[in-house]
Amino acid sequence: MYIYNDFDAEFVRDRVRQFRGQVEKRIDGSLTEDEFKPLRLMNGLYLQLHAYMLRVAIPYGSLDAAKMRQLAFIADKWDKGYGHFTTRQNIQFNWPLLKDVPDMLDALADVGMHAIQTSGNCVRNVTADHFAGAASDEIEDPRPTAELLRQWSTDHPEFQFLPRKFKIAITGSPNDRAVTKAHDIGIRMVRNENDQPGYEIIVGGGLGRSPFIGKVLREFLPKAELLPYIEAVLQVYNLEGRRDNKYKARIKILVHEAGLDEIRGSVEETFARTLAEFKKPSDELVDQITTYFNPPEFNNIQSHAYEEALETDPVLRSFVETNVAEHKNPAYGIVTISTKPIGGTPGDVTSDQMRLIADLAEKYSHNEVRISHEQNAVLPHVRKADIPLVHAALKAVGLATANIGLISDIIACPGMDYCALATARSIPIAQEISTRFDELKLEKEIGELRIKISGCINACGHHHVGHIGILGLDKAGVENYQITLGGDATQTMALGERAGPGFAAEELLPALERLLNRYLEIRECSDEIFLETYRRLGPQPFQQALYPEEEKYAA
Amino acid sequence: MAREFTPQIVTANDLLLGDAVYLTKAGTWSRLHSDAHLANSAEQAQTMLKHVKGQQDVIVGAYLANVSVNEDGIPEPAHFREAFRTRGPSNYFHGKQADAQSS
Repeated sequence: MYIYNDFDAEFVRDRVRQFRGQVEKRIDGSLTEDEFKPLRLMNGLYLQLHAYMLRVAIPYGSLDAAKMRQLAFIADKWDKGYGHFTTRQNIQFNWPLLKDVPDMLDALADVGMHAIQTSGNCVRNVTADHFAGAASDEIEDPRPTAELLRQWSTDHPEFQFLPRKFKIAITGSPNDRAVTKAHDIGIRMVRNENDQPGYEIIVGGGLGRSPFIGKVLREFLPKAELLPYIEAVLQVYNLEGRRDNKYKARIKILVHEAGLDEIRGSVEETFARTLAEFKKPSDELVDQITTYFNPPEFNNIQSHAYEEALETDPVLRSFVETNVAEHKNPAYGIVTISTKPIGGTPGDVTSDQMRLIADLAEKYSHNEVRISHEQNAVLPHVRKADIPLVHAALKAVGLATANIGLISDIIACPGMDYCALATARSIPIAQEISTRFDELKLEKEIGELRIKISGCINACGHHHVGHIGILGLDKAGVENYQITLGGDATQTMALGERAGPGFAAEELLPALERLLNRYLEIRECSDEIFLETYRRLGPQPFQQALYPEEEKYAA
Repeated sequence: MAREFTPQIVTANDLLLGDAVYLTKAGTWSRLHSDAHLANSAEQAQTMLKHVKGQQDVIVGAYLANVSVNEDGIPEPAHFREAFRTRGPSNYFHGKQADAQSS
């Protein structure tokens, strides 16, 4: 875990001091809302439907026990005893009072956290693979690079007023768990033909109202050249990105309109200059940062207790099947803690649950916790022999739902239950789906299925890349839900295709039942997941299931 | 023929709490939608909205919201978004729905 140096700590404290003064001035009336709004947004404070909301960055999704306990403390002291993990590895507190926010930020600073650049047209929280440093398929741990990018982008004087927000994600594994192709810049750690480590740079991906899959801007970038190269991309975007239309201001539109080759040319030209200008070679800094992310000392003592427990405890076995991923050390497992109990709110964790996760991280996971873009928590380094104990502890606080990658492991944005931008609710839809398919006892039968729900076209719920995507809209004053099919958030990214007309809220669940019953009928075998069946057969059989009436008329 | 005017109210968020508030006939702010003062013409609605622009030390982001009027003459939200603002989120018993019970 990276630990703030004096500079980092002083910088964050300073910002809290400034913001405290700004809040006081807003409350006493000497700042208008027009003056205050950009200041509060720079510090992650939004105003939503029912209250303010504070969005706190969890850089590359990494927490330790002290940070997690502090989030629990903040949730209890200044909020309603819970927090909401988002699809960009942030945590949101939904009920802060304006006067309390500076104290909350001070409490965050106490543990090396902040809410800076979680809003505004700047480089946002750099996200990463939540299995970083643990995954068996990893080429290299992406976190030192993510931390380097965090330091470079934080308060970068040139990039505080970009045409629009800018999101960077990085993965160190060929299996992309960080949705890199749906980011303004996606970074994949690769090796070239000489086995040297470097980066593949992907640009112009994004969801929202105009979804695009990112394109490869540079196939291989030597590690040491990362910062000057990213700086060049940002310089080109800052100058050439559109500022005349908010909806066309992201870099994806620039890449789309100007063309990839044109942008590549501009970036390479700029890069020739930034490479020469950069004083400090970034590889030195990376090496320095890397020491913070050195792998823990793994205890390789084998134990049969794990296998025995799996034999005798079917509930544990079911949990391990879905929630434990392969660790690079065979004596260990990566344990994903689902924040999606049946009927629960995806991403919500109570303060008691946070404290339990912190305890488990400290005791069983080398003091590490991750938050995934799928809104779950991860204990990255758990000795297999300890997994039964971890499972029992999680079960006691309602955190042992064995559903990772299944139908109830839904991504859902806060939607119109909280968000001022939303056009419909997302959370109740997620709750209904998980409750219904649990009643039907079909979850395991259906197998891997990624449902992603957004409450507006901004697509925080990643609906475009859900195997089944659900988009909530306002259709003539009624909540209406559009279904997209065939999306994929991984290295084989695909944007889902709209299946047809939307459904009223009460029609949605029966439609999904028809859709998934059809899938169960037509899949080749029980191993063929929904997405594979969709790719094999195309949308037609699924559209027939969704819209049986139309089929009747057509016949 | 002129289009029929849909009755409107002025709503905003409270500066300190962030909670939804409604402009009353007395020119004060209430947490209850039913206390909202009805504008029965576009001119009246604009006048009311203009009036509250000067109240930046109390509220944030005032706007006009369409309402329907029930048989007792009380305004009710015309759109589901405004209805949600009178209650709170649907996943927890938080916000106004909880405040109403405790007060």
